Amino acid sequence: MSPDGADAAEPIRAIRLKHPGRIIFAIVLLLALALFIIDAAQREAYGWDNFAKYIFDRRISQAALNTLLLTIYSMAIAIVLGVILSVMRLSDNPVVKGVAWLYLWVFRGTPVYVQLAFWGLIATIYSTIDFGIPFMEPWLSFQTKNVIDVFWLAVIGLALNEAAYMAEIVRAGILSVDKGQEEAATALGMGWLLTMRRVVLPQAMRIIIPPTGNEVISMLKTTSLVAAVPFSFDLYGRARDIAVEIFDPVPLLLVASAWYLLFTSILMIGQYFLERRFSRGVGQARDTRRVGTATDAVPTITGSITTADTTEGDGR
Amino acid sequence: MTGIPAPAPTAEVPMVHADRVSKSFGSLEVLTSISLTVNRGEVLCLVGPSGSGKSTFLRCINHLERVDAGRLMVDGELIGYVERGDKLYEMHPKEAARQRRDIGMVFQRFNLFPHMTAVENVAEAPMRVKGIKKDEAHARARELLARVGLASRADAYPAHLSGGQQQRVAIARALAMDPKLMLFDEPTSALDPELVGEVLQVMKQLAESGMTMIVVTHEMGFAREVADQLVFMDGGVVVESGDPREVLGNPQHQRTKAFLSKVL
Repeated sequence: MSPDGADAAEPIRAIRLKHPGRIIFAIVLLLALALFIIDAAQREAYGWDNFAKYIFDRRISQAALNTLLLTIYSMAIAIVLGVILSVMRLSDNPVVKGVAWLYLWVFRGTPVYVQLAFWGLIATIYSTIDFGIPFMEPWLSFQTKNVIDVFWLAVIGLALNEAAYMAEIVRAGILSVDKGQEEAATALGMGWLLTMRRVVLPQAMRIIIPPTGNEVISMLKTTSLVAAVPFSFDLYGRARDIAVEIFDPVPLLLVASAWYLLFTSILMIGQYFLERRFSRGVGQARDTRRVGTATDAVPTITGSITTADTTEGDGR
Repeated sequence: MTGIPAPAPTAEVPMVHADRVSKSFGSLEVLTSISLTVNRGEVLCLVGPSGSGKSTFLRCINHLERVDAGRLMVDGELIGYVERGDKLYEMHPKEAARQRRDIGMVFQRFNLFPHMTAVENVAEAPMRVKGIKKDEAHARARELLARVGLASRADAYPAHLSGGQQQRVAIARALAMDPKLMLFDEPTSALDPELVGEVLQVMKQLAESGMTMIVVTHEMGFAREVADQLVFMDGGVVVESGDPREVLGNPQHQRTKAFLSKVL
């Protein structure tokens, strides 16, 4: 940059390079898509009149709510269980470690559909739930089928399967926290549980949250397998029942798909903001540290860094 | 608090007494028969080439590493083990945690909790470990931050502080537990050169206030000016120790001479 600024070179105005291949491919794709949509709109088998009739049907919206509840309850249980399992896997006690490993081996090594079918048969396998001393007359005894209904069996089945995956996510999060953090807490006289709860887990969250968002989206779709229990008041189950009733399966599949797409889209938007927020925290922290180092002793600039503090501070 | 009557803190009981302390990692012996004594209010500087076992010894003093042989006492109390009759028992983690409360430690890489502000970092252990109320703990934390010259940065997150500022917060955090002994593990080694002075200044003030300190350092100027005792370690053994001016000015051993010729 010359101080007089007179000899600045003129900006480059080159002719843009053409990409004919790209343009042709894009046009072909657009044409194919348009063709498909026009055809689908007119095609009898899609039954758009039935789609319109059932998309806001009360039974369907009720079933959509059930699907959401299945997702929320089973994820909540899976996260708690996953934290416990991951801590068990990191334990020094070989038995505790082994039990956690066994759990993961079984629940990740068998299909969730099969697991759900097992939960559906739980009342057949264990007809009563007894409290008391083993091999003696129980103090309390319940009929299993009276205690737990199929909705909760579905929740348990989904949760226990998901817990195995959550355990691995949480474990990765815990391992990502610098060992020095645990040491610093220990040196201050903090016990293991306190160190985990106050120091390690809050930092592990940054690693844990994005994949957990993926798991929520995946769980929403997995709930369609609860037919194996069998629980049929979820979105897909209800759509299938109505389809049988009116002898027209295709529009009801479209109805269910539309609702699933709506939910996953909302979750994806939520996850986008969540991930952006967490990655932003890391990126900016690094930048600001450099600024802080360079301007350490200068009070006027320190003031401006303090402003940056307050704007970013609430993001944590 | 524990029911065990603490030995009366008389002037004769040294703050730290190491008697032939040894430590191995697997088959690698990193400390061989280290013996030294630090009296109340004294400052001891541990110097030596990297890998000489200085940091490991420091970490043994608050039982972050376990000692394999010898006895390590802080304020007359055996560290990490309980001696009953002629038997030695491993200490319960809760007891070890209690011992660590009285021993402050400052790390090379600060190890501040990044998800907490400076004042929260300092107040955390007093609140959670000692059960001090939040208002009181935060007021005390702000006092301590003022003492290390960071009153205005109390509400900043570590990521927004310079290295020197972070290390001063870490010192305040260790002081918040009212330790009787402070351990410094190369506190200025991770700092940009222009930030070293501010940390050494705080440590010097701490020494002048009568704190007992063990400092692993490469800052020979600090050792000469502040330390009462200088210990030169190499290959896991104490090669030479004594008055810092004498050891630095007139080293007796070949290894000390070789090391000092590189760092001075």
